[in-house]
This record gives sequence, C-alpha cells and structure tokens, in this order.
Amino acid sequence: MRVFAVAEIKFGELDPVSIELLNLANSIKGDGTAEAVVIGNNISNYAEELAKYADKVWKIEDASLENYNPELYVDVLFQLFSKEKPDIVLVANSSRGSEFAPALATKLNAPVITDIVGLDTSNGIKATRYIFQGKLLVDILVKDGETSVFTVRQGVFKEGSEVGGEVVDAGIKPSITPKREFSQIIEPEVGEVDISQADIIVSVGRGIEDASNIELAEELADALGGVVAGSRPVIDSGWLPKDRQVGISGKTVKPKLYLALGISGAFQHIMGMKDSELIIAVNKDPEAPIFGVAQYGIVGDIFEIVPALVDKLREIKG
Amino acid sequence: MNIIVLAKHAADPESEIRVSQDGKSVDERGLVFDINDWDRYAVEEAIRLKEEHGGEVVVVGVGQTEDTLRKCLAMGADRAIKVPVEPGMDSYQTAMAVKEAISGEKFDLILAGLMSQDYNNALVGVLLAGMLDIPFATAVTSIKVEDGRVRIIRELEGGFGEENVLSLPALLTVQSGINEPRYVSIMGIKRAKSKELKEVSVSVEGGYTEIDRIYTPPVKKAELIEGSPEEVAEKLIQILKDRGLI
Repeated sequence: MRVFAVAEIKFGELDPVSIELLNLANSIKGDGTAEAVVIGNNISNYAEELAKYADKVWKIEDASLENYNPELYVDVLFQLFSKEKPDIVLVANSSRGSEFAPALATKLNAPVITDIVGLDTSNGIKATRYIFQGKLLVDILVKDGETSVFTVRQGVFKEGSEVGGEVVDAGIKPSITPKREFSQIIEPEVGEVDISQADIIVSVGRGIEDASNIELAEELADALGGVVAGSRPVIDSGWLPKDRQVGISGKTVKPKLYLALGISGAFQHIMGMKDSELIIAVNKDPEAPIFGVAQYGIVGDIFEIVPALVDKLREIKG
Repeated sequence: MNIIVLAKHAADPESEIRVSQDGKSVDERGLVFDINDWDRYAVEEAIRLKEEHGGEVVVVGVGQTEDTLRKCLAMGADRAIKVPVEPGMDSYQTAMAVKEAISGEKFDLILAGLMSQDYNNALVGVLLAGMLDIPFATAVTSIKVEDGRVRIIRELEGGFGEENVLSLPALLTVQSGINEPRYVSIMGIKRAKSKELKEVSVSVEGGYTEIDRIYTPPVKKAELIEGSPEEVAEKLIQILKDRGLI
C-alpha cells in the first residue's frame, strides 16, 4: 500500500502527531511505502526530520503557504495525489486536519472517516473510531474508493521505528486564489488563576447542573487548598471563565490531584488531564468514560458526596 | 442575509446507550433524542444574524427530524425543510441529500454544528462545502458579517484562536459556546405551528462505508469506592492522607 501522511507544523514546530501518522503508515504499508507531505514556507528542516520516519517526504513550498489555508491545502494536495495516487491518506484529527480533510475527500471522490483510533488493512480497509463521546466503538468498512482519507486521533500511534527516507521537492505551487484569507492568530485569555500550575484541581462538568452550584466546588477547592476548573459544557454555559477550561481546546494540566465532579470524560477533556498524578472521579453514570482514566471512582451524586467531604475536611482542619 | 442551518435530531450521549442484537447498530430504546447540541448554537447564531441583517433562516433536517425542526421554528427560524431519508452513519450520503434538498434555495451562508453529539463525525458540513465548492471554516466561535464577506474566529488547540475572512456564500460549522441559545417560548411554539415545514424527497445512492461492528470499548476501570456519602468521604480522606495531599 502507498500510504501518505500529511504533516502538521504548528507555531514553528513539527507537531508530534506528524510522526504518529507515519508510525501508523509504516505499520500498514506492507510491501508499499510510507510517504510524508509537508506544506509551508521554508520547511526543509521539517522535511529532514520527517524523512527519519518516512520512505519519502514530499515538500510543497511556497510563500503563500506560510499560514495554513484549507483551500490552498486541498489545492496542492489534490495536485500531488492526482499524480502520485495514494491508497490511503492520513491527516491529523486536529483543528486543521479535521477542517481540510473532508474537503480534500470530496475533491478526490474518496471515502473519509474521522478521528480514527485503529486502521486494519489486512483484509480490505477497516477503521475503528469512538461514537457517543467514547461510550461505544465502531468498526467501519470502506466499501470502495481508490483513495481513502482518514483523520487520526492524536496520542494513539506513539510507537514506531525509524525508516530513513529521502526528501523530494514536489514542484507544486498553489493554482487558485483562495476565498478565505488568514488575518491573525488570537492569543489565549489570561486570567487570575493559572490552572496549569495548580497542584490540586477540583474540576466540574455538566453534572454540576447550575451556575449556583459552582460554589460547592469552590468550597471543596478551598478546603483542599486547590483551584476550580471545568470541562467544556461548564465553560460554554459561562459558569467559569474560558481560562479554566481543561482539554484540547483549553489547558493541559498535570496536578498532584485531579478531582473530577460530574464530568463524563469526552476524549477532548481526557487529553487535557490524563497525566495528573492522582485522578478521582465522581459521576452518577457507571459507564462514564472518565472512570477509564481515574484511579478511584465513586458512582454517586456529587451533591451528596461533596458536602460530606467538605465537612470532614473542615473537621480535620478544626 | 439568507441563511440555511443544518439541524440534526440526535441521541443524547448521556442517555442509556446499548448495542442492538445485530451488533451493527445502536438500540434506540432508552435513547433520549433532542436537537443536536452544536446545532442549537448554529440555529441561535443564524437567528441573531438575521435579526441584525434581515433576511430569512431556513432550517434543514435529515431523517426523523420533525420535533427538532419544530423546535428551530419556535426559536425563530422562518421555515423548515425535512429530508425524509435515513442515511445512518454515512456522512457522504447525508451531505449529498442536503445538497439535493437545497438545490433550489438561494443562500448567503450555511451554518451547521461542529459535529453531532451521537456519532461525532464532524463531516457533513465540510463535505457539503466541498460539494458546493464554497469557502468554509470549522469550530467557529465568532461571526461578523461585513460588506459581502464574513469575518470569523475559529478555535485552535490550547486556547488559541485564528481570525479569517471568507467571501460569501460560505459554510461555517460552529463550536458550542459561541452564544447563549434562547429558550423556546410558548409564543414561539404557537407561531411555529403556522410556519412552513416542507418535505423534499431526494435520491440517496451508494455511500462509501458500511458498519461492520459496534461494541463497548474495553477500558481500565477505576477502583470503586462504595458506601454512604460519609463513608465515601472517610475513604477519600484516607487516600488523600496516604498520598500526603492533606
């Protein structure tokens, strides 16, 4: 199989997910090749780095590719793939990859499956992904299509070995004027508390039910000497400021204690807190994916457990 | 400003989810259906844009979607198009069905939720943009219309955002939290009854994918702490003490 991985450069660095895509490519290529595509301006150093893990690296370089633009990405990738005919194209399931991959697929008339965590090519093509926010897995067969496009979940294909390939200039330039223009990058908001530096985090999710109940989490955080953070639904509801959001689109935290209250554990959240030293989760739903990453779990009502815990902590402190 | 919004009638991932006996589908008993959470934000955003710039909001739903379409009309959408096909999980088929259903519509903007809360594919929006060959952006957290163009902010990783300007017509998928969706009022529900809800039949062909198997993931499970709230609190305190956390 000829497997192509589209590398990702972010803020002047090669994103580690690019190597993960090549690890997957190498594991499924069989007698074929694992090839990388790198797009941008002044990208030779990234191409050299990628070549360690790929049989071949295609460099697509142009001043107009300095900033990511999905239309230009689709345009140059379509030009390359029209000539080189990949069997499989792997793209990161990132803010970028998940945006341009479906558009690339329509241009290639190719099947596309997003956010995959497994890909089996031993007998046809079978991709595995989660549905219902992590509660179920589904194996999906690709029925037809000369090329198939997949966006790949980060952090899944970390294992791989070096290959040592060559870098080739693809000789491709953008052929269109995009209808979307890049303006600027917007920096994250800075708040009073930096949750990424906290040792103890009391984190609340949808299960907290209402803004007024945040107080309960604050009492517990006070008693423990920690800070309050939250998952996406809590931030979306405006119950906590954006800089308290834990997850891929918020902050990554590694406290000594992460107490997850009423958090179901969507992948985007788990990626932001899974490296905490101790994770304790309280949730009504025994099937909540958060129990898959927690060391200790309590299946129960946070409105009963938390006050009891606060009382006991206050007793100890006198 | 004519806006088309895509709204899915989707199962709540917090409801009780079981695999059907055939091992290839999800048992609908026990599932709670409602408007897809991300689409609720898209509908709200469309209505706000219309309130500011005038025009019409047309909501499009694929499948058994009548309750959700009525809800959107009650929120303030002007009319609804129901596409009565069941394409299941193949997003290509869904996007094709929508493309066909809106072929007679004039629009400046198409809005959709970033993804559906059940299958989490995040595909239909961008596939549709690709099929229509119009500019697009995903995970949008701010939309401003200016001089025949739209200025947007989209969400990146780590709290960063990216500002872009797109020419119209364009398709945007919105991230949750972009606004505060309004409640459906009794007046809204009454008014919605007189609004147009049209069924459009489309041809659905092929599709690229087929479900092989649906199953429960094997997970490492946390050690469970059981007992009354007081007992649980005692045990937790012991764990925290043992670890030197209190």
